[in-house]
Amino acid sequence: MSDSVSGFAQGGADLELVGVSKQFPGFTAVDNVSFTVPAGSFFALLGPSGCGKTTTLRLISGLEEPTSGKILVGGKDVSTTKPHQRPINTVFQSYALFPHMTVLENVAFGLKQRGVKDAIQLAHEALTLVELDHLADRKPMQLSGGQQQRVALARAVVNRPALLLLDEPLGALDLKLRRQMQIELKSIQSEVGLTFLHVTHDQEEAMTMADTVAVMNKGKIEQMGPPAELYELPATRFVATFLGQSNLFDGVVSGTSGKNVRVTVGKMTLEVPTSRTKVTTGDITVGVRPEKIEISRKEPTASATRSVIGPGTVTDTSFTGVSTQYVVDVPGLNKLTVFEQNDGDIVAAGSKVWLSWATEYSFGIPFDTDQFVDSDTTTRSLAVAKR
Amino acid sequence: MSLTAFSHGPSGVTVEPGAQKKSRMAWFLLLPGLVYLGLFFITPLISLVITAFKEAPPGAFIGEYVTAFRWENYTEVLSLYGDHSIRSFLYAAAATLIALAIGYPLAYFIGVRLRPYPLWQSLALVLVIAPFFISFLLRTVAWKQLLADEGFIVGTMKAWSILPPDAHITGTSISVIFGLAYNFIPFMTLPLYSSIERLDLRLLEAGNDLYAGSFTSFRKITVPLTMPGIISGTLLTFIPAAGDYVNASANFLGSTSTTMIGNVIEANFLVLQNYPHAASMSLILMSAILILVSAYVFKSGTDDLL
Repeated sequence: MSDSVSGFAQGGADLELVGVSKQFPGFTAVDNVSFTVPAGSFFALLGPSGCGKTTTLRLISGLEEPTSGKILVGGKDVSTTKPHQRPINTVFQSYALFPHMTVLENVAFGLKQRGVKDAIQLAHEALTLVELDHLADRKPMQLSGGQQQRVALARAVVNRPALLLLDEPLGALDLKLRRQMQIELKSIQSEVGLTFLHVTHDQEEAMTMADTVAVMNKGKIEQMGPPAELYELPATRFVATFLGQSNLFDGVVSGTSGKNVRVTVGKMTLEVPTSRTKVTTGDITVGVRPEKIEISRKEPTASATRSVIGPGTVTDTSFTGVSTQYVVDVPGLNKLTVFEQNDGDIVAAGSKVWLSWATEYSFGIPFDTDQFVDSDTTTRSLAVAKR
Repeated sequence: MSLTAFSHGPSGVTVEPGAQKKSRMAWFLLLPGLVYLGLFFITPLISLVITAFKEAPPGAFIGEYVTAFRWENYTEVLSLYGDHSIRSFLYAAAATLIALAIGYPLAYFIGVRLRPYPLWQSLALVLVIAPFFISFLLRTVAWKQLLADEGFIVGTMKAWSILPPDAHITGTSISVIFGLAYNFIPFMTLPLYSSIERLDLRLLEAGNDLYAGSFTSFRKITVPLTMPGIISGTLLTFIPAAGDYVNASANFLGSTSTTMIGNVIEANFLVLQNYPHAASMSLILMSAILILVSAYVFKSGTDDLL
């Protein structure tokens, strides 16, 4: 058994996907996906449910076979090998702990399959790492959800795989435990130095944990990069709406002025730095994040470095503690969302206001209707429509 | 007094009547079952024990016995029919193994492979129990015809020199074991199915992910998790097979050289009218099965079964 599994690095190994596709009868789950995860990094695959991220994970672990494309681990093509021959381990969404074995036997399972001599001792060490060694003799059913999750993590990490796959392992935990586990997971990753590939639909989770985030939608990768870059400069409408919130204005490019592109939105003109837009002619969507916008009762002076829209009416305010969220209705535009730090006065609903932001925060993305719609919002709007 | 009347705290006194009522209700609902067991299981068992100690008075007619305490009935049957007892258990064990070898893949196919197609799954289950729609006596007779010396199967096998020209199948151990296995396969398959159907396939994926190939995953994950089905299936096959008297009878698939305990008991009761021997043989069979089964169940570690 041990000689069929090779390539066990003490650290991680590079993972490379080259044009990987997976077709199921009737639909394409993964469509020509390529990316590289450098050794030792924490990579997150982020997307809404049904976007193909779990299928991508199953392709990498070998539980599914790609229709086309290649998967390389540490430079070696593993596309045609069986899951048990790949130096890859998975923390499953359902944990998939063996119910007939004790916690210790679960953790030692992979080591024993590979014929590692001191399997039991290594399993104890892994359990100590997740602070569960005192429960080694219990059965998985006797543990809480968070504990089971940590056993699943220990069971995978103990093998020191070249690549560790995490399939929404925190999905079943409550919010507080999830935040705590995110921090623990991140520290375990830096401690053991393995390559982690984390699949999640929770954008906050992806951003706090990963070095690199790939946003996936409809089987394709929309954008990939460090979390801050993705947030500050989304490349598509989907990324702009899925990763945090965005105020988006659909318009047409009407020219350039200095370092900026001028965009006509309805009767107004907005500017976007040329360096922050890929679209420089025709239809364009201009976006700005809600926390970048400043709300004021008097009209601020617009300039090359300051964009101003208004006047509009505050239709809703909600106090969230650290900040206040305003919904501002500007005639001719969509309703805008604005986050203001609670350091000054709170503008009351019904007030006439102007909105302004530093033009360097604007971003330009191709005009596109593919917007991420939160299922929550959908049901809410349905309820509103019914009323 | 008035204060306690208003207290709504939990009080043991107020709970009890309800609990008592419930337990009385449970006994009431159990009553028909208990009466049935008392009448049709305990009473015959006592009568059987009494019969097993009876003796024939001097000069009695055949089949005439009086109540006594004759231990020799047991030692006599053991020396007379020891070979038959051993044969019974060997036949039953062989038939159980064959039924398991056929029933497990069948149950796995229905419970796992057909899982995405519930309609086919139900249809396959109906097919498993379909033989029950015809009396098993008729089906066994049918096999006797099929396996007969002048039948198609034996004829073909002789023509192809698989069997020597003077060979038989009916009346041999092989045909009796075959008949037992055939008749009990549904009893093996159904409990196996109910265990395998609940098997979480994600655990097998986890096994594969943790470097276990398909065979190791089967041995270390599938088998332990479906052990309850394996145990109940083998028990449901072994126990009735050990006491079976149809397949081994010369009228069906057996001959005088394949006589099992069931046939011995039948012959003593119905032909020889030696009731004490038949009764003591029955009790020996029952105790032997009880001992074997409890050893088996304890060995399989019931507390580890889910």
